[in-house]
Formats: sequence, C-alpha cells, structure tokens
Amino acid sequence: MDQGTIRKVAGPLVVAAGLVHARMYDLVRVGEQGLMGEIIEMRGDRASIQVYEETEGLGPGMPVVSTGAPLSVELGPGMLEAVYDGVQRPLDALQATSGAFLARGVSAPGLDREKRWEFVPTVPPGARVTGGDIIGTVQENVVIEHRIMVPPALAGEIVEIAGGSYTVTDTVAQLRDDDGGMHDLTLMQTWPVRVPRPYVRKIGTGEPLVTGTRVIDTFFPIVKGGVACIPGPFGAGKTVTQHQVAKWSNAQVVIFIGCGERGNEMTDVLMEFPELTDPYSGEPLMKRTVLVANTSNMPVAAREASVYTGITMAEYFRDMGYEVVLQADSTSRWAEAMREISGRLEEMPGDEGFPAYLGTKLAAFYERAGAVECLGGSHPAGSSSLSSDSATAPVGAAGSEGPDAASAARSVREDSKEGPLRPAAPRTGSVSVVGSVSPPGGDLSEPVVQNTLRVVKVYWALQDQLAFQRHFPAIDWLTSYSLYLDRIQPHWEADVSPDFRGRRDRCMAILQRENDLAEIVRLVGIEALSAEEQILMETAKSIREDFLQQNAFRDDDQFSSLTEQDLLLKTILHFHESAVAAQQHGAALKDIFAAPVREKIARAKYATLDDLSIFSEIESDIETQLVARSGVDA
Amino acid sequence: MAREYTTTRDIVGPLLLVERVIDVTYNELVELEYPNGTRSLGNVLEVNGDTALVQAFAGTSGANPAETKVRFLGRALELGVSRDMLGRVFDGLGRPRDGGPEIIPDERRPMHGEPINPTARDFPDDFIQTGISAIDGLNPLVRGQKLPIFSGAGLPHNELAAQIARQAAVLNRSDDPTKVGEKLEGEFAVVFAAMGITFADADFFMTEFRNTAAIERAVLFLNLADDPAVERINTPRMALTCAEYLAYTCDMHVLVILTDMTYYCEALREVSAARKEVPGRRGYPGYLYTDLATIYERAGRIKGAKGSITQVPILSMPDDDKTHPIPDLTGYITEGQIILDRSLHRSGIFPPIAVLPSLSRLKQKGIGPGKTREDHADLSNQLFGAYARGIQAKELAVILGDAALSDSDKAFVAFANAFEDRFIRQDAHEERSVERTLEIGWELMALLPRAELKRIKDEFVERYLKEPEES
Repeated sequence: MDQGTIRKVAGPLVVAAGLVHARMYDLVRVGEQGLMGEIIEMRGDRASIQVYEETEGLGPGMPVVSTGAPLSVELGPGMLEAVYDGVQRPLDALQATSGAFLARGVSAPGLDREKRWEFVPTVPPGARVTGGDIIGTVQENVVIEHRIMVPPALAGEIVEIAGGSYTVTDTVAQLRDDDGGMHDLTLMQTWPVRVPRPYVRKIGTGEPLVTGTRVIDTFFPIVKGGVACIPGPFGAGKTVTQHQVAKWSNAQVVIFIGCGERGNEMTDVLMEFPELTDPYSGEPLMKRTVLVANTSNMPVAAREASVYTGITMAEYFRDMGYEVVLQADSTSRWAEAMREISGRLEEMPGDEGFPAYLGTKLAAFYERAGAVECLGGSHPAGSSSLSSDSATAPVGAAGSEGPDAASAARSVREDSKEGPLRPAAPRTGSVSVVGSVSPPGGDLSEPVVQNTLRVVKVYWALQDQLAFQRHFPAIDWLTSYSLYLDRIQPHWEADVSPDFRGRRDRCMAILQRENDLAEIVRLVGIEALSAEEQILMETAKSIREDFLQQNAFRDDDQFSSLTEQDLLLKTILHFHESAVAAQQHGAALKDIFAAPVREKIARAKYATLDDLSIFSEIESDIETQLVARSGVDA
Repeated sequence: MAREYTTTRDIVGPLLLVERVIDVTYNELVELEYPNGTRSLGNVLEVNGDTALVQAFAGTSGANPAETKVRFLGRALELGVSRDMLGRVFDGLGRPRDGGPEIIPDERRPMHGEPINPTARDFPDDFIQTGISAIDGLNPLVRGQKLPIFSGAGLPHNELAAQIARQAAVLNRSDDPTKVGEKLEGEFAVVFAAMGITFADADFFMTEFRNTAAIERAVLFLNLADDPAVERINTPRMALTCAEYLAYTCDMHVLVILTDMTYYCEALREVSAARKEVPGRRGYPGYLYTDLATIYERAGRIKGAKGSITQVPILSMPDDDKTHPIPDLTGYITEGQIILDRSLHRSGIFPPIAVLPSLSRLKQKGIGPGKTREDHADLSNQLFGAYARGIQAKELAVILGDAALSDSDKAFVAFANAFEDRFIRQDAHEERSVERTLEIGWELMALLPRAELKRIKDEFVERYLKEPEES
C-alpha cells in the first residue's frame, strides 16, 4: 500500500506528496481518521486530492494512504430501498454508528455484509458464460427480481454453482476462464463510478415514459432511455415535478439523486415513498427506489461524486434488463461542486468561473443515458417483467459451442419453452435521465443551462410567472419542447388513439394563437376580436385550466393516464368545435360561454379510469346546450 | 498547546501569511497580537507546507509583519454553551456583551456543527400560528422550516420579524377536521443573531423583547455595523450552535432570527477577494451557495428529539432585486420566502407581504384536517388564484380604463382590493387566530361568482361559504 504525507490543506482540497504508485482517480484515506478522498490531479510527486468529508483539523505531515483502486460502488442485492450519501455510504448505518449528525471518518460498506439472500441459479455447472450473462436470481423484494450477472470483463465456464442462502460476499459460483484462471463469483460486484458500464449497442426506442403529468405526457413527452432537463428559478416547482416523475412514471427502478439540495426534501421522499403505492405493482414506491442523498450542507466533493454513484447504479439495473429512471436534483449544484474544486486547483476558469471542461462533463454524464442491448444472453425464463419474450434462448446459450452446455442449460429449466440457440430478442434495458437545473436568477443563458440544452432532447421550462398564478405544473407550453414526438407517435397510435397526436397538435396551435392574440387583447380589449377568435381564447383558457393545470397534492388529480388525457383533450376540442358551429348558427357568445357544461369540463380531470362516465355526460350536455340550441336559433 | 510565531510575511486585507510554522491544521483557531496592543482571534484558511494563511476576525489594522504575534491554539473555534445563555447578550464571537458574567459552559461545541443525517430528519409538519393572515393563511410557517424574509431598505422587516417572534405558537392537533386546535404551550426560545445591522435596529429588537418579557427566553448575538466585519462570518454559526444546544439538549423549540444575511455575504466576499479567489456572480465567491447551505440547513427537526430549530433569516435585496445572488441562492436553499413589497408599503398596508411571489414549500404538509382545518389548502389556492387574476385585471384597467373590464373582471378587481385591505392588512400587534384568518378568506370568497370557485371542493363551499350580507 502506498503511503504519503499531507503538504497542503485548503478547504476540501488536500495536496499530498510521496504517493509514488497512486494513479489518477484512486481512492485515498487522508489523515489519522482515514477520511475518504480521491486523487484528481498529479504534478510530479504531488497529488491533489478532493476529500469527501470536512477537512477541519488536517495539517501538513499527516499520513495519506492510497487504496490503489478508483472510487467504486458496490452493486448487488440490498441497494433498493437504501439511502446513500454521495459516495455510497448507507445513511442509516451511519446514523446507527454516529447518531443524528454525520460525524467524520465513519465508514460503512454500501451493501449489508450480514444479510442473507436466497440465490436461485439459472445456469447449470458446465455452462459457458460471458460477461453480462445472468447466472441466477435473487428476489430482492416483491417488486424487483435481482438478476445476478457475470461481471462484464469475465467469460468462461461455470465450474460450480449452487442455490441457497448467501451473503453478498459469499461465493455462489466459480468460473474458469479460457486461460484456466479460476474466479469466484459473488452476489456483489464493484464498478468504478466514473467509467460507464459496457453494453452491446445503443438502440433507439419510441416507447413513452408515462409520467401521469398531462403537460409532460401529451405535450412534451419523453421516451424510455431519453434525457430531459427541467430548468427554472426557485419556487417554480422543479422538485415537485421531479417527485411526480419519480412517483408515477412507468419505470421499473427509480434512482433519485438529491444533489446539493435541501435536507427536508430528502426526508419528504423518505417518509412519503414507503406510504405511496406504485400504480403499476401495487406495492410501496420505495421498493423500486434507490436514494442518493448528498444535501447541500454535506461535503461538496461527495456531491461531485454523487451523480456518478447514481448513474452507475442505474446502469447496473439497466444491464439486468430493467427500465430505469434516474433523477438528478439538481445538476447545477453538481456543476457548482466542480467549480469549487476547480477553483481550489487554481485552474483557468471558463464562463462564470465554471471549469472549461463543464460542457464535456455534462455531455458525458447525459450520454450515459439511453436504451441499450445489454451484454450477455437474453432474459431467463419466468422473469417477472418480461412475459412477452420469455420464450427466448436459455441464458448463456449465446456464443455457446458445445452441445453439452446447451443441453445442460435446457435441463435446468425444463418448463421453459425451447428457443433457438441465438436469442430471438436480446435483453434490453434503459436509463432515462431527468436532470433539474437551477439557473441563478432564473437566467437561462448561464453556462449550466446552455451546456445541458446541447445534449438533452426534452426541455421542460419552468416559469415563475406561472407559479405565481399557481398554475402548476408551471411548465411553460410555449418554450418547452420534446424532440421525441415523432418517435413516440407510432406508440400513441397503437396504444392510445390514432387521433391523439392530431389533437395534441391542434391544442398546441390554439395555445400559440392565444399568445399572438393576447397582445391585441391587452391593447384594445377582447371586443376587438372576431367571434371565432373569442371562442378560441376561451378554449385556450380551458386547455390551460382544465388540462395543463394539475394538482400534485390532490389524490384524484396527481396521476392521469394517457387514455384520460386523450379523452380530456377530445372533450375540450369537441366543445370548441361545437361552440364555433353554434356561433355560426346564431347562438350568442355570452350564452355559449355561460353554458353549464363548462363547469363539468373543468371537473373532468378528476375522473378516474374506473369511472369515465363524465365524458359521455359532457358529450350529451354539449349536444343539448350548444348543438341543439343553435339549431333552434337558426 | 499554543505555539507562538512572529514570522508573518504578508498582510493583505484581513489575511496574514505566516511562515515557518509547524503542526498547524486547517481551520485552527489563532490568537493575534498586534504591536499597538490590539488583540484579535482568527482562523487558518489554508496551510501549505510550512506556511499558514490566517484570517483575522477583527481585521489587521495596527498589524505589521515583523512584530505581530501569532499564536496557534490547537483547536477550532468553539462556543461554550449552557442553559444560562437565555436572557443574555453576546458579541459576534460569543463573548458576553451585556456586562454580565462569563458563562460557565456545560460543554464546548465546535462552531461549524455537523450536517444532520438526512435519514435522521423528521419532516417539518407542525403548523406554527404566527397570527399574521398573509403568512398563516397563504404561506404558513412550520416547525423546523427555514423561511426567509426578502426585504429592502426602508421596509418594515424588523417589525414583521418581531411580530413573528412575539406571537409564534404551535397548535394542538384537532380531531375534528372542521375545527382548529388550541394553542399549545411548550418550551420556546428565540435566538437572535445580528450581523452588520445598526445599533438602532438591534435596539428595536432588544426593546421589543424586553417589553414583552421575551428577553428571558432569548439569546442575542450582536455583531453591529461598527463591529469587525470578518467577525460576522462566525456570528450566525455561533447563534446556531447555541440553538442546537437549546433544541436538542434542552428540548426547546427554537426560533432563530438571522439579520441581515446580506451583510454576512458581503463579509464573505471581502475575505474571498483578499484571497484572490476566482469570483462568481457579482464578485461573490463561487462557494456562496455551499456556505449559505451550511447555515440554513441547520434548521430542522430530528426524529426522537423533542426540540426543533426554525429559522427566519432576513435579507435586504440590493435594489429590491430578487435575482441578486444573495436572495437567489438563499431562495434555492430555503423552503420558500416571504417577500415584502414596496408599493404595498407605500399604500400603507402592514405587513406589506407580496403574497404572489411569496411561497412556503412546506405548507402542504403543515395544513389541513387535524393540523389547521380541512378547507385551508383549497381556500388558500383559490385566494391565490383569485388575487392573481384581480391584479391582472387591475393592470388591464390601468391601460384600458374600468369600462373595458368584463363583469367578472370587475368582481375580481373588487376582490383584490378587499383582499389587500382586509386579509393582508393587520396591526403590528394584532394576533389573528388561523380560524379568523380563514373566516376572512371565506368572507372575501363571497365577492366572487360561485362558479369561479373551481379550486375548492364543493363540500367545503357548502360548509363554509357564507352568503354575502345584503347591503
């Protein structure tokens, strides 16, 4: 082990001399207390170290020891429902050792070493496996089956494998590589956080990530594996929007990174998620969630690491074949952590003091999102989430040459349907990333927003003006955008309605027209508009109030399925068309606007899927109150 | 073990670079003695080999490189805490300022504190009745929250803060969703930290506390405008260290008032500039967010602890600009903000709270059946929406004249005026129960057409809306 001594301490940055064999990004232990740190710069024999804990009391001459390995996370059963800090220390374990306040120098492994898991092998001894192949499963909780994979770099023959009860460090299988080297496989593997986990190839999908928030799903949708950003000034509702996506999105695993944000917000998540029911599994939301909480008052270097810790976990679940959503709240705090460290390194600053490599780092982070074809064979049969393609080849069959392995694999799962040797559908998974950005003063021209916009495909622009009017979610419909619409359209046509895209575009056009006309109304009053334009203004208002506005704190409004969203749009447009027709047939505008059915439309968003009768009521009301009357008048 | 040096090389602003030192650690406490006899405390900002960069809290006036004595004390800055601090006045570094005796500390605590483990936090959801309608009704404060007042020069933020400190009370949980619980008695303390404010402002608070006998349960830390500026970097942390002791060791509910955070940030900028750090926006250091977070995040509740810390920081927005880095970064950390408005103030309305841009992020959890009343959330949403619409209509009327307004717009204008006059306006010594606040809210609702009450559940409208009295 490599040992050196401290030369300089400046805030979270420590410079050490004498670390001869250490490499960039190696994890080191600093001082008598063994504070965690990471080497981020090397000049001659001087290594600059960012320390993940408060450095008070450190001084020149104190020891620094290199662990010889980069900052890594432990990946295996036990991650779900856990709350970690930015460097994967479980916060409840820290609380058990140091109480309600975070003391320094405490460490705890990311995965519980004592807990035993029931491991069920899915390949037999003798099977040939490559990196990423699933060798067995652990039912981590009722929702998620944890698939135990061969670490990416390994390939060879399984010599021994047995089911049973294991801790994460017990050997569950032995693998002999092609050079005859033996490797113990455990339930846990480690992975350096700054290195993206490998996959076969990225794939483009158009499958929507449904969030239940109408303005998102209908107007600015995101696909599974997509990237979105939420910039907005404080108080505009970034965090609530993030929470809504974490709560109601149809992902299988959610990783939530509280990066430099409020402690009470994490507490809110911690107390609320176990109480809330996942609309898809019926189980508490917490069971599919991993939290990484590095609040604003926790050490800034660990904040820098927290997004990498989070995305590495997300990739790991993706590699098992799951749809993962990663949420980073807020990436601005992450960028600020980079800026702070960069300043201490006395690097030449770029825009607003941010390091010149800010754009590169942001892009590299968002690029770790995506839908991929995973390494290794397809899903094991009977796995919970993949009923449609369970009839594929046995795990490990891909690349297998000898008939022994294949037949042995078959004998393990006799009940499974026989598949071709080459998997018909490869295992796929995705990581979608939603990052919030907190631009200073709400100024969207600042570097973090601008660098983020270069890489993300969906932009949910939050407006404080809307928030002041209590229009929530305060997503500005005129400046937000989604570049996934065309990819999603075929899915909408198949799953929602062939007309959904058309209705969406029509409403968008109405909102745009409203914006143009609003200027005239402001100057000369509503009377200056033609009757048809006045109806349009009312319809736009109805879209805003009855569709876009959604109350995240109201049980009957926080989640809206795509079907409801479509019905709601259809209803609003139907009223619009009928109103225009009625007016043309001589009905007075004030009668149209006073039609009692409008109050019913306003309440239609509270309808639930079990009872959609209100929509047919509205339809007949429109019939009697507008269509029929205009006929009489004419 | 103190080590004394006279090896200062450079003196720049409040900083001294001391050479040939050994065994100095980061953030160590330093005692300085200048040739003219001035003494100052300081701390180590950076240590590089055998040189240490020391920040002098009292400034460096009177220091010179050759004769200044620098003593390293081998420990970080601490505060001796005790229950006896209640009723006392201290300076910005925690030394008695009221002529009273030294405190005999129960224990000495490092000023920086340690971050609360997020899993140990308990979510703040106990409604605090401040007796002020614009806060209780629309932007309620809850125990463990940090809710700053964004103000400006010449606005009555001190009066508002004093009123909150005087009236704040927690309500009992009520079993009946239609009834508000009684006021709860409990051990309650106020910790007041003044940074850079004038003697007159500080005296206002002291007089207020004395007149209401609140001084007995208050601890004051004063670093006034003519006190050393760098010293005030420590003042809020001293106050919070004391507050943590009172809250988590003495089981008290502590309200911490920090005023004025703007001067605090300016002191931080002064030190940063002297260190020639790369500046962020407007010359403030790039780590201003992190630094402010280490102050504001010390508010909260801890599971299993009886006490709590609620923070009401006050900051004056330079030129009333909310996007200035200080209010901006504060707003990103705190759980909402109460913004004071100059035009309301000029119209003679007290408290001049601009309710639309004000926000309490924790209100959803603090109100509702059991905590306040079942209709509270819906009613406050509707009041917000209606007031926003009324303001919009008023702006329209300015351009087009009243005649151009539709009947419903006119109703909203009337509502907005009545809202400001009856709901927001109240006397600085009027304590309105939350029940009375809601009652006024419903009286105002009667000014609007029934069909406009879209944000309130029907059953609440049935139960609480009173028909307007015939006039």
